[in-house]
Amino acid sequence: MDLELSDSLKKVVDGLSSDFSDKFIEVYQSSGDTFVRVEADAIVQICRYLKNEQHFIYLTDMLGTDRFTSEERFEIIYNLVSLRDREHLFVKVRLPEEDPTIQSITDVWKSATWLEREIFDMFGVKFENHPDFRRMYMPEDFDYYPLRKEFPLLGIPGSIELPSTTPDTE
Amino acid sequence: MGIESSLGDGYLTTKIDALTNWARSNAAWPMPMGLACCAIEMMAFAGPKYDAARFGSEVMRFSPRQSDVMIVAGWVNYKMSHAIRRIWDQMPDPKWCIAMGACASTGGMHRCYGVVQGCDNFLPVDAYVSGCPPRPDALLHALMKIQDKIRTEHSVKLDT
Repeated sequence: MDLELSDSLKKVVDGLSSDFSDKFIEVYQSSGDTFVRVEADAIVQICRYLKNEQHFIYLTDMLGTDRFTSEERFEIIYNLVSLRDREHLFVKVRLPEEDPTIQSITDVWKSATWLEREIFDMFGVKFENHPDFRRMYMPEDFDYYPLRKEFPLLGIPGSIELPSTTPDTE
Repeated sequence: MGIESSLGDGYLTTKIDALTNWARSNAAWPMPMGLACCAIEMMAFAGPKYDAARFGSEVMRFSPRQSDVMIVAGWVNYKMSHAIRRIWDQMPDPKWCIAMGACASTGGMHRCYGVVQGCDNFLPVDAYVSGCPPRPDALLHALMKIQDKIRTEHSVKLDT
């Protein structure tokens, strides 16, 4: 596929593929956006490189995806913005179904704290070296990960407690 | 001066029940539990155009200790349900509850794992209002239904 990269993005992609040649998997474009897929074990180094060398100082968002495939089921997508170059870059990593774990990037962008907690809450992906690793929305004692494909839409009956309607007997 | 002048020298007879219910039904102060867009319509209900003051319900009390009617306006998630139930338990008796809108009544379009499918799962609801969101007149109608209910209650127990 032919890539239509701007000068600054071409520099980013070339830099990634030469500096991280064994961790770099693919680059492609879709709907005018550029996506880079890398190995999950090098995510912190790659993010640090993108921030310090390529000026992607702004982590806009982080997404989790349940691809529901037998291999590499979960995908984490980092949505990066370079305000100086006016560029968007999406970095993707894939994780296995069994015990999906990845290094936290909170050392690089502090804003990832809540984003990683949210992905853990919804998909059960664990982030190592996270400063405050808890659930985000669901109760602490909730046992499931709601955005996984096998989770029923209406939830598991009785899995979240309702308040007692006879408070005097407590 | 005052009502005495128009009453003359006579006197009125009534039942304690009727007097209590008359007073209660015309001073049902709402506890606004605004959780979503229904709360905007609830504000219109309290504001000058629809004017809940005509029914004695203009005083939105943000303290549960001073309110009589809880208006659950919006969708209730499981985490919030505990706070709502706590506020409900803090309201002094007698108290009434309006489930305003589709979400508070049934869960509405939020048919998912995090939202309680109707606040009657943990609250004794007296009046349900349909609509998404209901117009302020619909909420006034629910309030009038609550007033009707109050007026037919036996408020004073007699030891016989």
